[in-house]
Amino acid sequence: MTCDQCREREAVVQFTQVAGGQVTTLHLCERCAAEKGVTTTEEVTKSAVGSLVAALGVAGPAGAALRAVEVGATCSGCGATLQDIRQTGRLGCGECYRVFDGALRDLLRRLHGATVHLGERYVAPGAVPAAARGAEVAALREQLRLAVETENFELAAELRDRLRAAE
Amino acid sequence: MIDLSLVPDGGVGWLDASGPQSHLVLSTRVRLARNLARHPFPTRLPEAGREQVLSEVEAAAGETVSLRGGAAFRLDRLERADRQLLHERHLVSKELAGLEGDGTPRRAAALLLQDQVGAMVNEEDHLRLQGLRSGFALEAAYQAVDRLDRELGQRLAFAFHPEFGYLTACPTNVGTGLRASVLIHLPGLVLTKEISKVLQGLGQVGLTYRGLHGEGSEVVGNFFQLSNQTTLGKSEADLLDHLGKIVRQVVEYEEQARQVLLREAPAIVEDKVWRAYGLLRYARTLTFDEAMNLLSAVRLGVGLRIIADVPMYTLNKLLIFAQPAHLAVAEGVAVGDPELGVRRARYVRRVLEDEGGRAR
Repeated sequence: MTCDQCREREAVVQFTQVAGGQVTTLHLCERCAAEKGVTTTEEVTKSAVGSLVAALGVAGPAGAALRAVEVGATCSGCGATLQDIRQTGRLGCGECYRVFDGALRDLLRRLHGATVHLGERYVAPGAVPAAARGAEVAALREQLRLAVETENFELAAELRDRLRAAE
Repeated sequence: MIDLSLVPDGGVGWLDASGPQSHLVLSTRVRLARNLARHPFPTRLPEAGREQVLSEVEAAAGETVSLRGGAAFRLDRLERADRQLLHERHLVSKELAGLEGDGTPRRAAALLLQDQVGAMVNEEDHLRLQGLRSGFALEAAYQAVDRLDRELGQRLAFAFHPEFGYLTACPTNVGTGLRASVLIHLPGLVLTKEISKVLQGLGQVGLTYRGLHGEGSEVVGNFFQLSNQTTLGKSEADLLDHLGKIVRQVVEYEEQARQVLLREAPAIVEDKVWRAYGLLRYARTLTFDEAMNLLSAVRLGVGLRIIADVPMYTLNKLLIFAQPAHLAVAEGVAVGDPELGVRRARYVRRVLEDEGGRAR
């Protein structure tokens, strides 16, 4: 998409303006965004939230391929793009976690030092927990917990992948 | 004007100083961030969707023991002073109260409240459930909010990912969605200049601190809110246990710092405490920050048994009711009224006169 302002450069920022009850959305390139006083990636990184947002865009070697897909992707749940998420520091809906999985995984590791939830397991009303897989998953989870506790990260990574497959 | 008589204790039961370690710890809160699976998160949800979320939550809440028969406030239908009052009372965040940015709350932003549990609806996440307790009471606060979470989770489908856990708008809250915070008074560490070491240490053990009013607020009156930084990769019990351990350590450091002050500079400490009491007792105008700092010194004096007969409850009450919106609402003036400082001083004098304070 080209910039709505200069119609030359590639748009990288979605700029939503609310004035007099009117909502207008512009897609802007970095330079035009800066002219409008919108902080672009470089400036945003200076703030605490910014570093979080920027982390979403930093490509690690393993995530590079995934990320190329994700950069152009739009969330089917809420229409958010990776740019939207970078800009606001917020995900749009639960589906975003699936669509932008690769970029998020790196970010979560950086923020929390982990990517796997070890707390309460939630079962939504009406959903039946898969009893057959349940035991295996529980065992894997326990092994994973121990691996994380003992800081055996290689084993933890392997267990995490197996766990993901089982789930 | 907002009618807080709908709430049995005005929502300030947590201020009664009845909980463990009340001389140092004002309150404990545990919040859980939750979202409904079928709707985008509030910031990407159109107004009609947020209304829908609110009505689903209200219907479910009406069936819970935790919230049934409680009070409900729609922040988007309240005057600014009333919204600020709820924020000053620690019942809603600045964001929910619409006190940031353009100063208007999000459509369908609401607070459901019963006893010492509450649910903020349409904050950054659909639900911010919280349990509040007086003093240092992580377990009790968690139990209360955990019950509410289970009750609502059986009726509403929450967004939950098998690997990432509970999904939240901000990735800093994902996983357990749990943020536990302990509001603690640390004048001893501030006066002995040990505080920066302690605060630095917090970062190294995965904790963080904020001011009196949580995220983005400044530290005034030596009150610090200590809380867990991460929410993913540890169980709820481990997160609470870790915070509890560190808080107990900080309490110990504070007690030690106070003993150092008493041992090394008793006359200076006593003078500081009584000067603060004198100013609060006789000043004719007080800014909020000044009142907070003086109250901090008096609180230290009560803790060190330099001043007798000022109940902690009185000091807690002054802390809340001397705030701009509380004072303005009580006095029937605007929050920005230039006379507020004069009224604040008069209010503080009256409370201290009625509720005590004498030399030992």
